[in-house]
Amino acid sequence: MNKEEAIQKLKEIVKPYVKNEDALANINENTDFINDLNINSANLVDVILDVEEVFDIEIDADSMEKMRDVKSALAVIEEKLTTK
Amino acid sequence: MERRVVITGLGVVAPNGVGLENFRSALKDGRSGIQFDQQLADLQFSCQVSGTPPINKENLNEYFTDLELRNFNSTGIMYGVIAGLDAWKDAGLEPSDGENPDWDSGTIFGAGTSGIEKFRESIYKIDAFQTRRLGSTAVSQTMNSGISAYLGGKLGLGNQVTTNSSACTTGTESILMAFDRIQAGKAKRILAGSTSDSGPYIWAGFDAIKVCNYKSNDDPEKASRPMSASAAGFVPGSGAGALVIEDLESALARNAKIYCEILGGNLNSGGQRGGGSMTAPNSTAVQKCVKDAIFEAGIKAKDIDYISGHLTATSKDSTEIQNLSIALNRSGKNFPYINSLKALTGHCLSAAASIECVAAVLQLSENFVAPNINCDNLNKEITAIIDAECIPQNLLEKEINIAAKVSFGFGDVNGCIIFKKYS
Repeated sequence: MNKEEAIQKLKEIVKPYVKNEDALANINENTDFINDLNINSANLVDVILDVEEVFDIEIDADSMEKMRDVKSALAVIEEKLTTK
Repeated sequence: MERRVVITGLGVVAPNGVGLENFRSALKDGRSGIQFDQQLADLQFSCQVSGTPPINKENLNEYFTDLELRNFNSTGIMYGVIAGLDAWKDAGLEPSDGENPDWDSGTIFGAGTSGIEKFRESIYKIDAFQTRRLGSTAVSQTMNSGISAYLGGKLGLGNQVTTNSSACTTGTESILMAFDRIQAGKAKRILAGSTSDSGPYIWAGFDAIKVCNYKSNDDPEKASRPMSASAAGFVPGSGAGALVIEDLESALARNAKIYCEILGGNLNSGGQRGGGSMTAPNSTAVQKCVKDAIFEAGIKAKDIDYISGHLTATSKDSTEIQNLSIALNRSGKNFPYINSLKALTGHCLSAAASIECVAAVLQLSENFVAPNINCDNLNKEITAIIDAECIPQNLLEKEINIAAKVSFGFGDVNGCIIFKKYS
């Protein structure tokens, strides 16, 4: 899976939680979940649970901590996929 | 000076009618909302009938966002939000927009427990070492104040936002707490009410102690029989009732519809002394509660035209009538009209009192007494105290000026409110 495909997958996952639709339309590597998409911080755990389901991976607590923006989320996903 | 307090909005989710119009017609027609409950049968409950509100799931988006409905599994919050938002709208009010909440408006919305199905789901996950998979709303759906938190957020309420809990007295208590706060000038309006979850996990304890009617599983609409000789226990129910309680001045200033005035009321406890226990009321306390309510409302016992009873269809019904008769010093034909909503809805537990208050306010403001169904064979202990005419079995169109609502709950807690037609 290339980076663009992964971003599109992520876009679908975060869509229900996003309060800023414009920012979602322009989602890119530098998009921050809380500051740009205005996702409620409590909902971040739901996003991560959905990521686990869609990518069929398990994300440990330390990795969860890092997933604050698209770039770091992609990094964690890639890491988990390669070590699966 | 103490402020006058009125009711300006109503909302209801009852087993026999969701929304004010459905509920009103069910009241007038004596239409029961009690049905056979397959889930209770599958779980081998003794009582296999229930009063579960018929919610149209397609309409939920009028009340909840898609996001809120993800992993949502709390019927109590669902009923309470529907009833609460309906009452707010009925009062002609809007959710507060903008950055600041509405500092003058709050909610006191009671519950017995919250999201018991969500709790069950969570407990299974925890025991399977899946705690991290609970999701973001396991707490908000299961905290007892979940319902007031949901309503407070949806409406942007900035005054007191809390949940009270006093078993079957909960709804009466929430209204009286709202009344006190508004009378004292600490709030302009409070969305008061109460809610109860549906389902086996909320009702099982009552089934276990055999206080539910398990003899009418094949005849659901006949299963709830308050005041009848064949009363055989209550039918478990659920739902929510909501009332906008408002400062008269504020109601007049915004030209709101006024259903009635709340003159006052009383809450007390029998302390589980003198015949009172965890499950039975102390008669002295019940009588004192009603007398004190009358005193606090500044009326005389003879002024009461109608009583909305607690009357659950257990052996305690005749004791309740006797206590009311003593407290009012009225008997025979001189007793007020009385009915029990539980014949139509079952016993909606923590939601019972608020749903019954909505019914009482409708009857008072629209001049009718809803029929008592299932009591063609009145309990003789009751007719020895009050005349059968006081217990109408058909719809009675009648001018009502003052109505009393009584509620009694586990823990030996009592409540009585006096409503008066606004003039």
